[in-house]
Amino acid sequence: MNDMKMINHHLTDQLLMGYSSGNLPEAFNLVVATHLSMCDNCRAALHAFDAVGGSLLDTNETSKMDDMSLAATMKLIAAKPVVKKLAPTSSLPGPLVDYIGDDLEGVKWRPVGMGVRQAILKTSKNATARLLYIPAGSALPVHGHKGTELTLVIKGAFSDETARFSVGDVEVANEDIEHTPVAEIGEDCICLSATDAPLRFNGLVPRIVQPFLNI
Amino acid sequence: MFDGLEMLQVSGASGDQVNYDRIEVSTPVKQKASLLHLENSTPKIKWVDHLRRIQVNQDQQAFAELFSYFAPRVKAFLIKSGANPGLAEECTQEVMATLWHKAHLFDPSRAGVSTWIFTIARNKKIDALRKQRRPEPEDLTWGPEAEPEAADVLALQQETKNLSEAITRLPEQQRDLIKRAYYGDLSHSEIAAETGLPLGTIKSRLRLALVKLRQTMK
Repeated sequence: MNDMKMINHHLTDQLLMGYSSGNLPEAFNLVVATHLSMCDNCRAALHAFDAVGGSLLDTNETSKMDDMSLAATMKLIAAKPVVKKLAPTSSLPGPLVDYIGDDLEGVKWRPVGMGVRQAILKTSKNATARLLYIPAGSALPVHGHKGTELTLVIKGAFSDETARFSVGDVEVANEDIEHTPVAEIGEDCICLSATDAPLRFNGLVPRIVQPFLNI
Repeated sequence: MFDGLEMLQVSGASGDQVNYDRIEVSTPVKQKASLLHLENSTPKIKWVDHLRRIQVNQDQQAFAELFSYFAPRVKAFLIKSGANPGLAEECTQEVMATLWHKAHLFDPSRAGVSTWIFTIARNKKIDALRKQRRPEPEDLTWGPEAEPEAADVLALQQETKNLSEAITRLPEQQRDLIKRAYYGDLSHSEIAAETGLPLGTIKSRLRLALVKLRQTMK
């Protein structure tokens, strides 16, 4: 993913700090890492938060190491060969490839109604990551949130009441936002999303859909 | 923009190879390097050279010095993040071993040494304490013919130092909030949107470093 597209919607400082300090649920880390692979602005901002972590480390707060620590570490060094990572071959962002494989063909989609399909990705249980497939011109059901929902566009584009989101853009929605993402005419839209609390759907149809969304 | 940069001089960096031995930090009274002095004055540039010595010469003395400074700090970070002392000890040894193995990936034009070690310790915390998979963006590493330029290294290291100093100048309450956020004592909704962190300059410096890196990768 070396060709950087124009990205207009970025991660918040809270998310970057949470990622940098290692305190986000896995599903959120996945969306953040995937966006970072596509966005140098956020990557630079993340490195700045890493530098904050570095300066917190570089203070006088210490904890004494055991007496034989250094020797034990030299043994670890001798024992462990260097593992080389293979160069990425996929056109998808690396972090996503680690979860779904090299392309979207292998994704096991499940219909959730009105043409929309989803695939839940396996992550730690405190939040949920899913791929969403929204056919061109179709809408996701109106929904609100209790917690935070991140939606990152992998392919195509969608618009909701707040703005237009295209490849690389991430929407950060909190409980104040009730929205209806609609995929643009012309191309199906695929998004990677993470939620840390069940979505709240309004109206009859969504109540039927909700059990299928597994949330 | 670069307060105090005029005090840093690059002497005799020549050819393609950056020689960190020749990056000198001149202060009004020139200090002979002793470990004691290093911790009190300008350790950052020096630690960069330690990593270079580990990478190029597998220098165990350089590693021992890095170890005696950073290992107790990594251990304290892991304990504050919730590890018991035994686990923290074990994880710290693994962090320091990773540092040895990955020394060639360290890019001094993109990170200070303490920043880089922090990220390794943070990764260990996710692996060992939180026991979850750890998605991370692709590495952007320079090829053999694209070593970072000495001027970029100095500028970034200086920015990192400026940021550290700015953090120590923050009001106690704010500094405490940031610490709690990094040690995982705040949920992310508790982290105020306004952290008050002065990140503007270092963000643009890091952005510049990435642009240069992207160009050399093409």
